[in-house]
Amino acid sequence: MAMAAENLVDENPNIAEHKIIARDVSVYYGEAQALKSVALDIGRNQVTSLIGPSGCGKSTFLRCLNRMNDVIDGCRVVGDITLDGEDIYDPKLDVVQLRARVGMVFQKPNPFPKSIYDNIAYGPRIHGLGEAKADTDEIVERSLTRAGLWKEVKDRLDKPGTGLSGGQQQRLCIARAIAVNPEVILMDEPCSALDPIATARIEELIDELRENFTIVIVTHSMQQAARVSQRTAFFHLGDLVECGDTQQLFTNPNDERTQGYITGRFG
Amino acid sequence: MTETSASAAPIQRPDLSGARLKRRYAAEARFRLYGLIAVFAAIGTLVLLLTSIISNGYTAFAQHHIALEVTFDEAEIDPTGEREYNVLRRANYQGIARASLRGSFPDVTERRAKRALVGLMSGSADQTLRDIVLANPDVIGTTQTVWVKASDDLDSFMKGHISRDVPESDRRIKDRDIGWIDQLIADERIESQFNTTFFTAGDSREPEQAGIWGATVGSFLMLFVTLVLSFPIGVLSAIYLEEFAPKNRWTDLIEVNINNLAAVPSIVFGLLGLAVFLNFFGLPRSAPLVGGMVLALMTLPTIIIAARAALKAVPPSIREAALGVGASKLQAVTHHVLPLAMPGILTGTILGAAQALGETAPLLMIGMVAFIVDIPGGFTDSATALPVQIYLWADSPERAFVEKTSAAIMVLLAFLVVMNAVAVLLRKRFERRW
Repeated sequence: MAMAAENLVDENPNIAEHKIIARDVSVYYGEAQALKSVALDIGRNQVTSLIGPSGCGKSTFLRCLNRMNDVIDGCRVVGDITLDGEDIYDPKLDVVQLRARVGMVFQKPNPFPKSIYDNIAYGPRIHGLGEAKADTDEIVERSLTRAGLWKEVKDRLDKPGTGLSGGQQQRLCIARAIAVNPEVILMDEPCSALDPIATARIEELIDELRENFTIVIVTHSMQQAARVSQRTAFFHLGDLVECGDTQQLFTNPNDERTQGYITGRFG
Repeated sequence: MTETSASAAPIQRPDLSGARLKRRYAAEARFRLYGLIAVFAAIGTLVLLLTSIISNGYTAFAQHHIALEVTFDEAEIDPTGEREYNVLRRANYQGIARASLRGSFPDVTERRAKRALVGLMSGSADQTLRDIVLANPDVIGTTQTVWVKASDDLDSFMKGHISRDVPESDRRIKDRDIGWIDQLIADERIESQFNTTFFTAGDSREPEQAGIWGATVGSFLMLFVTLVLSFPIGVLSAIYLEEFAPKNRWTDLIEVNINNLAAVPSIVFGLLGLAVFLNFFGLPRSAPLVGGMVLALMTLPTIIIAARAALKAVPPSIREAALGVGASKLQAVTHHVLPLAMPGILTGTILGAAQALGETAPLLMIGMVAFIVDIPGGFTDSATALPVQIYLWADSPERAFVEKTSAAIMVLLAFLVVMNAVAVLLRKRFERRW
């Protein structure tokens, strides 16, 4: 697998442009194949959105990128995925370090049942960032500010994170993810549990975060994909049907399945 | 074709007639009634049990005492006059106590009558006198009024457990004894006092000298061993099985076996303890250490099952959140999952411990059913346990042990209620929402 990854790098001269390169990625849950030989490049400092009907494999693909699928019993991933040219399925690679580089925001806001402060400070603490209290304070403030939550919660950092509203909780989770300064942030339908106003806040935030992070977002809302992403990939029944420039994919898709999905004929 | 036939068929509206409604209401009312009957049956049984125990046992917390005019004669107690400890300790207090009581009834002269008279007083009267002298040697040479314990028969008679109306041949207190007792009552020299001995002494053949403290200490030494062994082992196995072990045929087999072990009759664990701990490893008989080890084996499955359930109840989103920020699996478990599962684990552990505290059968097999007077001082001393003490007293023929048995049950129940209350409090206190 390590060999294959090296070959892959040779075949892709534009590695500087692509943060993550996936080739021939198939995922099996027991006997069932959830993802069929997907090849996808994720652009550096870009927002890439993954769309498609339920059960098409887009979340599965996202969870391959930080090896979150390892946790699921009976899940098997084959193929090559590289992060900056490094094979992330290399047996020698430490999963914990990978996840520090590739952060994740989940569908349902899942703050720890601890204070807002501890929610943010937890990641830096376990990775040895900000040993001193003052450093941690600074990380907490910076992360919350970047997530656009600082003004709302600065007076109640010791209150439980679970006491915030749904939209605030999700921004807290984003702040938690960026507190460890990852290179990539994976977002799995981050707005599906939020109202339109909170959704708009998060979308703005994603656009701002693009400057410093590479973002991959799974979404059910095609409008959202069109608004926040530069590139879009359309999945259908475990196949990557089409991937391209967001503008182009939504206005002039190459595949008729894509056409059918974005015009609302199925899905 | 299907569409035309569908539209042609008459539309069936739901039957909203009063008859259906009445039937539904009647069914609901009936169900509620059955529920109430069940609850009241349960409460009624509980009340019956508690009333019977309390009405039988509350008298054991009091004990009748007899006042003696005791002359602490120097020639009798300390002929040398040096107030030396060993001399004071060995003096004939029995004789002094008997002489004092006989002194109150100068007209009793016949030998057998004198012995019967002295029998009204507990055999522990000499200890009472000795304690007074040793605590304060200055009483020697004076005459004091001393309250000594009455015998169990006198105590039972005073508490009304022995009736005057029964023919004399059928009761332990004879008519002559009643005459003396009446005279003592007339002189206001019989009094009911709080029975401290019951809470401070070990077991005894004499009911008025028997106490529950020895068994209580034995029980808690045992419980300590049980918890020290079963809590860490149980919680660690639960964490490993729930969070780390792969789900395959082997772990399924282990799970089935743990559930089976929880249902194994406790006497079987006692036999195991007898065969392994006593016969093979040669550990001491009747020791809280062995009792605790046997009860730990018995409690382990309960703790493992409770801990696994508590861990399973922590939502997976918490684990994902921790792993997502780059925590290792162990960090995710120890920092996030375990603290959230702790109230459930502790509740399960306390319930397991309460079960262990009330367990008798396995202790019978490892010799904790012995008659032990001394308060155990360590884990390898001979000891007995609360439920075993109840069993022993329930087996004793003296009338006064009946109330002692019920009182011991009350003490055991009190400990169980306290433990369960702590379990509830812990759950309330540490419950967190997510």
